Amino acid sequence: MSEKDNWPLWEIFIQSKPGLNHKHVGSLHAPDAEMAIENARDVYTRRSEGISIWVVPANAISASSPEDEGSFYEPSNDKVYRHPTFYEIPDGVKYL
Amino acid sequence: MEDEKHLENFQNYVDAEKKIEPKDWMPEAYRKTLIRQISQHAHSEVVGMLPEANWITRAPSLRRKVILLAKVQDEAGHGLYLYSAAETLGADRQMLVEQLLDGTAKYSSIFNYPTVTWADMGAIGWLVDGAAIMNQVMLTRTSYGPYARAMVRICKEESFHQRQGYEAITALAQGSPEQKEMAQDALNRWWWPSLMMFGPTDDNSPNSQQSMKWKIKRKSNDELRQEFVDRTVGQAEAIGLTIPDPDLKWNEETGHYEFGEINWDEFYNVIKGNGPCNRERLKARNEAHDNGEWVREAANAYAKKKKSKAA
Ligand SMILES: [Fe+2]
Ligand SMILES: [Fe+2]
Repeated sequence: MSEKDNWPLWEIFIQSKPGLNHKHVGSLHAPDAEMAIENARDVYTRRSEGISIWVVPANAISASSPEDEGSFYEPSNDKVYRHPTFYEIPDGVKYL
Repeated sequence: MEDEKHLENFQNYVDAEKKIEPKDWMPEAYRKTLIRQISQHAHSEVVGMLPEANWITRAPSLRRKVILLAKVQDEAGHGLYLYSAAETLGADRQMLVEQLLDGTAKYSSIFNYPTVTWADMGAIGWLVDGAAIMNQVMLTRTSYGPYARAMVRICKEESFHQRQGYEAITALAQGSPEQKEMAQDALNRWWWPSLMMFGPTDDNSPNSQQSMKWKIKRKSNDELRQEFVDRTVGQAEAIGLTIPDPDLKWNEETGHYEFGEINWDEFYNVIKGNGPCNRERLKARNEAHDNGEWVREAANAYAKKKKSKAA
């Protein structure tokens, strides 16, 4: 077995235009971050899909667990006053 | 773990058209089916580069050459998107690659046919990518999130593949008598294998039903095949080529074309490894892998050197 077996997995995030968020597009294997970026350019931006690339070691990502989807996000469900539509404004009032 | 309750919840979730994500609970059989399907799909993209790579150095113009290069490069990319989708299910990349190289993994049988003339580049883009697109457009709505997202990317790129192929075969179909003959010959050879790409008929495809229930597949093999025929006949007519099927006829009532019997013996024979190029493809793939060894080693050495410098 060659050392290729140990190439880590990188998650790839691409910013498509200035001012937008980097967005997850997929993953790839590479020996280090620099080569991961170069490979990501070839694999994920062949049609000018991006202007900036982030690569993150896949094992450095921690994720919330899907099982507690309900209870984990529950606290925000009863806080309707966090949304602008909660508030009543007299008819005819503008720019609010 | 895999009790009735879990399975029922899973089915309800899928029925509600929600996507399954890597960390969600899923039946073992769902995971296994997907790993097999996605890795076979990835292998097909990778092996699919070989028949076309055969013509890169002999493309008739620089324009055709850069187009073909870009297309083949895309197929490599498709393989990579798909391998990484398979990895989200716990598959090991190295193992998948080894299964392809040692011949235990399957890939689409279409790539076991030879590319004997330049016209085949047209026929492949038009018909083979065309058939693949039918399947892949369906898969953009598959129930497994990472697979569906990979398909969206792939479909965006595929439409160029099909159009460049159709353009290339059109150029021949409208050329000299010899060129036209070449185009017709390519269509004759690729038509039936393209129809076989959709797999066995529905009544001979026992696993399809479960896949449909889990919404991995959204349309049956026969449905997709029919759609493909319905779309393609007019495209052949438009450039003066004839579909090589004496039984092909329009059915006013159903609004579909009827077409002749597919040679299923040939289909199963190629799957079993006895197609015209099965051995050649595997050999070429293995050689490419071995010849790339020094690149992988160099990359490792470079990474090591940089790391030690930084330390
Ligand atoms: Fe592809
Ligand atoms: Fe393609």
